[in-house]
Amino acid sequence: MRFTFEVLVTLKPGLADPQGKAVEASLPALGFSNASDVHVGRHVRLDVEAAGHDEARTQVEEIARRLLSNPVIEDFRVLEGAEAAPVAGDA
Amino acid sequence: MPEMTVATPRVGVITFPGSLDDRDALRAVETMGGEGVALWHGEHDLRAVDAVVLPGGFSYGDYLRCGAIAGHAPILDEVRAFAERGGPVLGICNGFQILCEAGLLPGALIRNASLRFICRDVHLRVETSQTPVTSELVPGEVIEIPIKHGEGQYVATTEQLRRIDDEGLVVFRYADATGEVGEATNPNGSIDHIAGVRNEGGNVVGLMPHPEHAVDPDVGPTGGQPLFASLLASALAGASA
Repeated sequence: MRFTFEVLVTLKPGLADPQGKAVEASLPALGFSNASDVHVGRHVRLDVEAAGHDEARTQVEEIARRLLSNPVIEDFRVLEGAEAAPVAGDA
Repeated sequence: MPEMTVATPRVGVITFPGSLDDRDALRAVETMGGEGVALWHGEHDLRAVDAVVLPGGFSYGDYLRCGAIAGHAPILDEVRAFAERGGPVLGICNGFQILCEAGLLPGALIRNASLRFICRDVHLRVETSQTPVTSELVPGEVIEIPIKHGEGQYVATTEQLRRIDDEGLVVFRYADATGEVGEATNPNGSIDHIAGVRNEGGNVVGLMPHPEHAVDPDVGPTGGQPLFASLLASALAGASA
């Protein structure tokens, strides 16, 4: 079976997020002076072939831990099914 | 009198797709009297070199994170085994990022605090001589070499920082020409002004600045010379051991 996942990778809380800061600093120019606490992360969408859901999920978590995120600086969250972002070309 | 033959240390430089400074690193090795050996990321072969350099650049386009994909390249298995045997390993800039991603050095490198790519000469204070690239330097000594990076801000977990402190794992700190360390001379926001670290064994070293661009007096500062001189001496010592 084929399972669809989305992995969200974010900088650990408390770590400087210069990208988030830069985005935040540009918002007042657009008229949004009420936006704050802006953070920039990364999303990775992938399909996994596996015998069952649990096996696929375990593999995705290992992929996220070993490659998609760096545990020194990042946390990750795994979304799946309808929560996972559609990809260009999907019906 | 019998003719003396002096062995030439062989230093391997790994080329990854997107490496930029591999040629300069090979040239620096040769300039300082070693034999440069080109290594390829996709092979499981270090060609019996006495030391390994992971050069700067943008391996695999720096996709995902700087050094993340290169950290799992086939040759990293061999680098890991070589490091475990005590072999001297030096990571420069992207090479430093790769060694961190591969777990061979503590910490990680993130975007410069200024968000700007920085290219200029900096001063570094040497913090320890207990590494293969600082064995011919004295703690407190100041060297001048260039930096050129967008993602050179060194960070580490609280636990890693404690270990870095306890074990004296900082090798270089950003400083001024007199060796004074402070915010004013920290180019990228690195924690504790850290420019380079080593592993607990002391044989694996990574730094963001570029010693390989600072060996030729015709084109700039020569602060890289003692690093390569140390590396060659360490490589030779390992080869004859």
